[in-house]
Amino acid sequence: MLPELGQAVLILALLVAALQAVLPLTGAQRGIAAWMSVARPAAFVQLALVASAFAILAHAFVIQDFSLKYVATNSNSLLPVVYRYTAVWGAHEGSLLLWALILALWTAAVAAFSKSLPQPVIARVLGVMGAIAFGFLAFLIFTSNPFERLLPAAVEGRDLNPLLQDPGMIIHPPMLYFGYVGFCVPFAFAIAALLDDRIDARWLRWTRPWTNVAWGFLTIGIALGSWWAYYELGWGGWWFWDPVENASFMPWLAGTALLHSQAVTEKRGSFRGWTLLLAIAAFSLSLLGTFLVRSGVLTSVHAFAADPTRGLFILVFLGLVIGGSLLLYALRSPDGVDGAPFAVSSRETLLLANNLLLTSACAMVLLGTLYPLLADALDLGKISVGPPYFALLFVLLMAPLVLLLPFGPLTRWQREQASRPVAMLVPWAGLALGIGVAVFFLAPQGAWKVAAGVAGSAWVLLGTMRFLWSRLRTPGSRFTPEMLGMTLAHVGIAVFLVGALLTEGLSRQRELALAPGQSVTLGAHAFRLDGVERHAGPNFIADTGTVSVTRNGTALGVMHPEKRSYASGGQVMTEAAIAPGITRDLYVALGEPLGGGSWAVRVHVKPFVRWIWMGAVLMALGGFVTATDRRFRRREVA
Amino acid sequence: MNPIRKRRLLLVLVLLVAAAVATTLVAVALQRNVAYLYTPSEVLKGEAGEHARFRLGGMVQAGSFARAPGSMEAHFAVDDGDATLPVTYTGILPDLFREKQAVIATGRMQGGIFVADEVLAKHDETYMPKEVADKMGAAHQKHGVHADADVPAVGQ
Repeated sequence: MLPELGQAVLILALLVAALQAVLPLTGAQRGIAAWMSVARPAAFVQLALVASAFAILAHAFVIQDFSLKYVATNSNSLLPVVYRYTAVWGAHEGSLLLWALILALWTAAVAAFSKSLPQPVIARVLGVMGAIAFGFLAFLIFTSNPFERLLPAAVEGRDLNPLLQDPGMIIHPPMLYFGYVGFCVPFAFAIAALLDDRIDARWLRWTRPWTNVAWGFLTIGIALGSWWAYYELGWGGWWFWDPVENASFMPWLAGTALLHSQAVTEKRGSFRGWTLLLAIAAFSLSLLGTFLVRSGVLTSVHAFAADPTRGLFILVFLGLVIGGSLLLYALRSPDGVDGAPFAVSSRETLLLANNLLLTSACAMVLLGTLYPLLADALDLGKISVGPPYFALLFVLLMAPLVLLLPFGPLTRWQREQASRPVAMLVPWAGLALGIGVAVFFLAPQGAWKVAAGVAGSAWVLLGTMRFLWSRLRTPGSRFTPEMLGMTLAHVGIAVFLVGALLTEGLSRQRELALAPGQSVTLGAHAFRLDGVERHAGPNFIADTGTVSVTRNGTALGVMHPEKRSYASGGQVMTEAAIAPGITRDLYVALGEPLGGGSWAVRVHVKPFVRWIWMGAVLMALGGFVTATDRRFRRREVA
Repeated sequence: MNPIRKRRLLLVLVLLVAAAVATTLVAVALQRNVAYLYTPSEVLKGEAGEHARFRLGGMVQAGSFARAPGSMEAHFAVDDGDATLPVTYTGILPDLFREKQAVIATGRMQGGIFVADEVLAKHDETYMPKEVADKMGAAHQKHGVHADADVPAVGQ
């Protein structure tokens, strides 16, 4: 009975979403207060309904109700309880339900924390969010019903994909979706502003913390995905420029541009139209990401379902949302009057450069990701775009961004004597360059990458510290959470640069056959395979290797890489053994048995690889801290 | 021209130059990093000739996989139902690599043998990547395999 209840609750949620979209939007257009007042309660009811549906599905997983098709496909009686929860969003239907749940959460949050906003504004914002919820719920109910029964019920489930039976997968999708869906808030505000035909700095100030929080979640989500790929896929890479990674990275790039452009619009009134466009772009790219991942049109590590009706539905939905909002933008975009004028040498110009570089990077990733689809549609052959395309162009676009970054916070709004920030930063630029040159000659390998990483990181760090110092030294100048957030995020970039470029430059890797007792040396580290033994896990059988590691002859410990064979489908999975460290990770993965007792073994030494994710965490923290700035919540006296 | 207009004109010119440079770079980078997908019969017909590095798609032929004991060099054959091509790969194959399953290998032809530097495989016996299925057309039905998206594993 419960699943049927879940189904009914979902349909109710769809109706409430329709109500939440139509009444407040019409009410705001016609000035009917009673209709507008529907928005808030509808948002809360919506959350209650979607949350109940989600709880019912989770319950079906926990009690192993194999009469549900979705449960039978993605669970198994041997599946550990913790993964029964993650299995809820382990495949298409459930992850869409998670999407809808998170949208309902954001909507309810907007409804709860928007007391200071005028009624027509909040009615429009919640109305737009209701319309999006309607689209997603309709998609869920008509093409991807998670409560579909299986008759007769299955005796045993097919099991959750072993790749997803992992602690990282518990939080990666929710974090990513919190980010994706969170961009719905600035999007809804942009649409509301366009419908109202005026952009008020007050509302913009109100949306800034929301954008920052969504961006922070997205940053964490992407970092978790990268970390998961690093330890779970078993070959030690941290970013593959895979279509699905790109799908999450594009909204991040657009969102990063949006954060900066929102700051300009809020403080100076400039870039109004551009900020609106970026808000539309960030959310549209989130939807596109969902489409790319869920439609299976691209060959990727993550591409799941391929059902043409689903693809068509999302495509139409995507067309309506993106096309509709761009059309509205074209009809209503603010013309001419664009805030306070600014000189070429000013913080506005620097932020403009930031935005141009970030959006170019985003466009470049978009082109590379969609090019194979385009070529296929035009009958140019089946092609794939290799990672070097992305890596080369991304570095070319981001290098100037890193060079300009320290100037931004030190440069005044509107008009600046260019020599002032330059004079402040010259000594630090010299120091960073000096460190880079020294590292270039000291690096054992990959000298260019390592030197660029260290010099770039030192430059960003020193420049940011210079800003901090000039702030704290000047008596009477305030240091707001917004500035602290920015500082944290920029330091995060410095940390990330060390991680990304030093890992790329200094990593050592070998793949070879090892018989028990044999060892392999990578620089100062030696790995000896002591043996491989078989043991049983809860739902798999594993061959577990024992590898002793020494550094310059000193024993560092023992590592246990595994090769697992899952009971349900006979799937084989590599579980790499990782010895993490601040300055280096040791990484051992077991390949296949090669006969005669020897095994294929892959060993890596990956210097500073953790810094990649530490940098991302600092960036996300920056986003969250910025959002706490009380300035954003100050009530305006009407 | 007044100074503001002049400055704007300059800005527009700078942007145009930047756009031109960017477009050229993107075009060159794309050109260099695009890898086409071919089936063994297309390769044997010489269609892949002009592409130094390309992707080979098809099924791993039953009974073709061999590895000398204790060696990392693997040999197998990729089959599209009409033709077969021998492939070598040195290194660890992805977890989901099996005989009679779809595979996409990236590499070059060297003396009649396809030398792969990357091998992608998919995880269950009924799965074939959509693009391989499209390419093989009717040929893949000879294997009784249908196209369906699923989680492939990646190996290098």
